[in-house]
Amino acid sequence: MSFSWAKHYEPKTDLTKWLDQRLPLPRLVYGAIGAGYPVPRNLNYFWNFGVLAGIALVMQIVTGIIMAMHYAPNALVAFDSTEHIMRNVNWGWMLRYAHANGASFFFIVVYIHIFRGLYFSSYKAPREMIWLLGLVIFLLMMATAFMGYVLPWGQMSFWGAKVITGLFGAIPLVGEPIQTWLLGGFAPDNAALNRFFSLHYLLPFVIAGVVILHIWALHIPGSSNPTGVEVKTESDTVPFHPYYTAKDGFGLGVFLILFCSVLFFAPNYLGHADNYIPANPLSTPAHIVPEWYFWPFYAILRAFTFDFFIVPAKLLGVLAMFASILLLFFLPWLDRSPVRSGNYRPLFKIFFAILVLDVLLLGYLGGAPAEEPFVMMSQLASAYYFAHFLIILPIISKIEKPKPLPFSITDSVLGKDSIGTAGGPALQPAE
Amino acid sequence: MIRIGAFLVGLFFSGWLIVSFGVGAAAYISEPPQETAEHAFHLHPKKLSLSSDGPMGKFDRQQLQRGFQVYKEVCAACHSMRLVAFRNLGELGYTEDEVKAIAANWPIQTPSIDPATGEATTRASLPADMLPAPHANETAARAANNNALPPDLSLITKARHGGAAYIYSLLTGYQEPPAELAQRFPDSMPGPGLNYNPYFANLNIAMANPLGGDGIVTYSDGTEATRDQMAKDVSAFLVWTAEPTLEKRHQTGWAVLIFLIIATGLGYMAYRNVWAGVKH
Repeated sequence: MSFSWAKHYEPKTDLTKWLDQRLPLPRLVYGAIGAGYPVPRNLNYFWNFGVLAGIALVMQIVTGIIMAMHYAPNALVAFDSTEHIMRNVNWGWMLRYAHANGASFFFIVVYIHIFRGLYFSSYKAPREMIWLLGLVIFLLMMATAFMGYVLPWGQMSFWGAKVITGLFGAIPLVGEPIQTWLLGGFAPDNAALNRFFSLHYLLPFVIAGVVILHIWALHIPGSSNPTGVEVKTESDTVPFHPYYTAKDGFGLGVFLILFCSVLFFAPNYLGHADNYIPANPLSTPAHIVPEWYFWPFYAILRAFTFDFFIVPAKLLGVLAMFASILLLFFLPWLDRSPVRSGNYRPLFKIFFAILVLDVLLLGYLGGAPAEEPFVMMSQLASAYYFAHFLIILPIISKIEKPKPLPFSITDSVLGKDSIGTAGGPALQPAE
Repeated sequence: MIRIGAFLVGLFFSGWLIVSFGVGAAAYISEPPQETAEHAFHLHPKKLSLSSDGPMGKFDRQQLQRGFQVYKEVCAACHSMRLVAFRNLGELGYTEDEVKAIAANWPIQTPSIDPATGEATTRASLPADMLPAPHANETAARAANNNALPPDLSLITKARHGGAAYIYSLLTGYQEPPAELAQRFPDSMPGPGLNYNPYFANLNIAMANPLGGDGIVTYSDGTEATRDQMAKDVSAFLVWTAEPTLEKRHQTGWAVLIFLIIATGLGYMAYRNVWAGVKH
């Protein structure tokens, strides 16, 4: 891709010239994350989180591969081999705490990345494919994280595996055979643990593959930006290197400071005490909860308490939980406002703020015990979640009167008076 | 089409959730959930301050040795410690010879195989052995403890909400069940072989009060072995058994953080330098 003013790679030494004709790898890097990639000059710190997510993925893969050298995926010894890593492997405690908290921080970063996309409508044309691939990554991350949490074979590992595979048991007629097939038995045991380990090792590389597609798709239209106005001229952009490499380097430092503060001083804060008890199929924990990053979805799952005619409540909950993620795939076609940035959408801004609070509340409720008043609250919060995306967003994008957009990124950066819609995208609704 | 379909799906899920909320709220108002004994009488752990707390925390080795003595003389009769080896006790400040002596004189011997006959037998422990369990298996442990299973204590402070403070509160929390409990929740009164303890999740714990009175151990460092002191010491010891790498973690953390703060400061200056002159 790229804009006409993008700089081209010019090999200077004999070696790089030789290499460029045979395997133009430096040319690829130069055009992807080097000086040959023009990026809007007005990106704010929320645009740091894509790079941070990529770094978090690499950290997970590196710590995970080393731990797999010491871990044994067998129900008899999995718990003890995890403790062996904690106690006897040199720096094993650091690897395991980095991996467990790394998963949490990966999700924190990705959630901020997703909400940035929601606020600045990064999913709109021409960037739909980036959004869709991002959602595929998110789904793969959830599957990987779930299976990884099973591996230490503590109480929450075991009962989490039982509850989550039990979701498939809610499917009418074929549900139970599917659950048995997924687990390789009637309850989680060695067969389940082994296949979860195998898939937990495989999926991160699938994620890495989809990340490459995600970045490739990003490089076709280039990055979106906080004004939502597309790049028009060279003055709207700066080369990725050194401008954004420097900014991302600083962002990475801040991220690592926060990550290491938790890793070294509160490594079990985000975990659950019950997972330090070895798995016991005969003893059910009082409250079975997944890891915190699944809590909003867990709240939606448990919000359905009444059968809808012949559809059992459990199946409704499962359908709603999957729907709560799958609906995001339709977002580019649900929000038809031609304006991208929430900064210029007064009505959208209000509902977006409510959505953020709503998801945080769902997160709290998902971690709370399944008793009143938490169930009633999660019913209201889940109702808003679905209404927001499926009803409110399509309507406000039609009735809202957006604020005038700046003519260009350069104008907005230099603080020139906004000159309305001249040259910008049409502000009338598309239909 | 997409928007119509989405609208219908949204209407269905949101609508049914609001209906469910209405039905649930009506039931909640007409029949408020009854209060449970646990809700009324369960207590959160007492405050416990240990030298290992906080980002600067270090173990107090004198206290760990006292806690180990309490474990050895009181807890070890019923509770195993299967993730700790005798050699690890060197980290509490014992010399190599002391560790050897502790292992050799441990009241329970290590299971072994008689090389002459192949029969199961036992032998004196070596520093490389893990601390032997007081019971051969779960069945034996239950048989000796009124069908209750004493949990392994290696990870106990990480495996319970509240950690060391919970252990300390539990050990000092034994008391007579309040009269109000007998009146309001007669079913929650301790049954035969159970003991009332408000820090335990369901208020009735099978373990009898292990630190029944002051002075049941005699500390060699002269510390007075009050019940409170013994409970604190053994809680501190159990923090170490659950997380023997705690001190190294704290030290490494500070080195890493100082490095990162300097590097990030330089990174910030580099960022400002690169962007100087570019309005954004």
